Amino acid sequence: MSDPILKLDGVYTNIAQYHILQGVNLEVPRGQVTMLLGRNGVGKTTTLRSIIGHWRAHNGAILFDGQDITKLPTPAIARLGIGFVPEDMGIFADLTVEENMILAAVSGPINQARLQWLFTVFPALETFWKKEAGTLSGGQKQMLSIARAMIEERLLYLIDEPTKGLAPAIITTMARAVKELKTQGASILLVEQNFAVAKALGDTANVMDDGRMIWSGQMSELATDAALQEQLMGLSVESE
Amino acid sequence: MLTKLLSGDMPRSKVLAVVLIGILFCLAFAPFLFPGVRSVDTAARICVFIVLVASYDLLLGFGGIVSFAHTMFFGLGAYGVALASTHMGRGFDALIVGALAGAGLAALLALAIGLFSLRVRAIFFAMITLAVASAVAVLVSQLSGLTGGEDGLSFKIPRALGPAFKFADGEILGVKANGKLLKYYLVFGSCLVLFLLMLRIVHSPFGRVLLAIRENDFRAEAIGYRVVHYRVAATCLSAAIAALAGALYAIWLRYVGPDTTLSMEIMIDILLMVVIGGMGTMYGAVIGATLFVLAQNYLQGLMDVAGGAVSALPILPELLNADRWLLWLGVLFILSVYFFPTGIVGRLRQTKST
Repeated sequence: MSDPILKLDGVYTNIAQYHILQGVNLEVPRGQVTMLLGRNGVGKTTTLRSIIGHWRAHNGAILFDGQDITKLPTPAIARLGIGFVPEDMGIFADLTVEENMILAAVSGPINQARLQWLFTVFPALETFWKKEAGTLSGGQKQMLSIARAMIEERLLYLIDEPTKGLAPAIITTMARAVKELKTQGASILLVEQNFAVAKALGDTANVMDDGRMIWSGQMSELATDAALQEQLMGLSVESE
Repeated sequence: MLTKLLSGDMPRSKVLAVVLIGILFCLAFAPFLFPGVRSVDTAARICVFIVLVASYDLLLGFGGIVSFAHTMFFGLGAYGVALASTHMGRGFDALIVGALAGAGLAALLALAIGLFSLRVRAIFFAMITLAVASAVAVLVSQLSGLTGGEDGLSFKIPRALGPAFKFADGEILGVKANGKLLKYYLVFGSCLVLFLLMLRIVHSPFGRVLLAIRENDFRAEAIGYRVVHYRVAATCLSAAIAALAGALYAIWLRYVGPDTTLSMEIMIDILLMVVIGGMGTMYGAVIGATLFVLAQNYLQGLMDVAGGAVSALPILPELLNADRWLLWLGVLFILSVYFFPTGIVGRLRQTKST
């Protein structure tokens, strides 16, 4: 982990009067899936939003590919090669699936080869290509949201709870999509509450609590140590 | 051909298509179908307001930006033409210079306001436009040496657009072939072109990005779009087109004054027309403006007739007294907003798809 693609160094983020992040340190190694875990409300989503610049880190540094992006405007951060899939999906409901994808390809026309590849990952997209995105089901919206981030090749993908509230079959599709991205050489920072998915996908894991990173290490280490999970996340392993 | 002209935005509802074609037909042949000074005047007013309201829809319905300065931009175009015609003499060159100067100034002012206020929440933009529009209205009424103050400016337009000019002998289908007819078609043609241009804009990639921003501006930013740039560009475009509509209105009336172009009343009328017609549809502007201007011009007369018909009954004649036409206009608005929350166009398209 000598040269991480993304490095957070003591990041503090306030939202209004609340101190959400209190010195987050995080390294995302190149070409790996990095899990960001923790109970609800500990700052996982805020961490992702601080990286993309939605919330501003008022202290600490965020380095992407060696460049300090802490103060860059959000569009500039995105154009450096970060794809962001927010928790609320944020699809453009009034536009068609096609228009959503065209918009997402900011640097020019859609790369047709990549689009065909996306259709193999998410066949539903091709089926609903001309439909308004607002009429899709929750799972289809989530696929569109991820596909939208994937339509252009990025160095790093930030994905916030992609499996939340989805049916098992769609969760499998999501997991496959993440794996495909990884095989292409992309780096992924994934927030995930579903521990089974986290276990299957993660290379390294980072656990947050109360706005700080309380544990970082190999996912395999965390996955096999039930006592550690209990201690870090209060998880009952069997139920997950 | 038609699809291309409408930029692929077909009405998507039979009723809507019929209504739109009907309006287009009536406006295109208004001088022949409804001869008479008042009815042609109403038709020209409808043309101008369709463009004005559509340009506001570009901002509100597509950009999600609330502005109260739209009449100011409208006025800039109108005063541009009036001042140019007053100082350069009657001529088409004065009209063109005035309209373009007005549109340019409107775009510049929109750029300044936008850059100052669109970086933050849209509500600040609304506030600032309100302040600037009020300031400009006061300025126009105070600088009476330049603008004619509250009296406004009457000016001469090229002879070719006046009633004394005959471009053919006699009459065409019973209508005098004079400059007034040419003037109507100048207004009608320009408005049609401007409207189709706006339709093109909202269906361009630029328009799609605007829609995306309206829906979820943070998401659009995270994809990599500079939200401020797009919003400012939309504001400038909308302002320039409103100014051109103002220029046409001034040419039609041969007069500008604060009441015809700058007043807050017109601003509210525009808002109502957009909402009644249907936000974010463009066609809503056509229907909203047509209905509204017709109601403004003919509701009073209609009520006079209705009041006379029921004069034998108690109370009713009082209610239908022509002086109470504003009351009924108000009732009409409330009903239309209540029953068509997505506007008339939204409603028509909805029933079709379900």
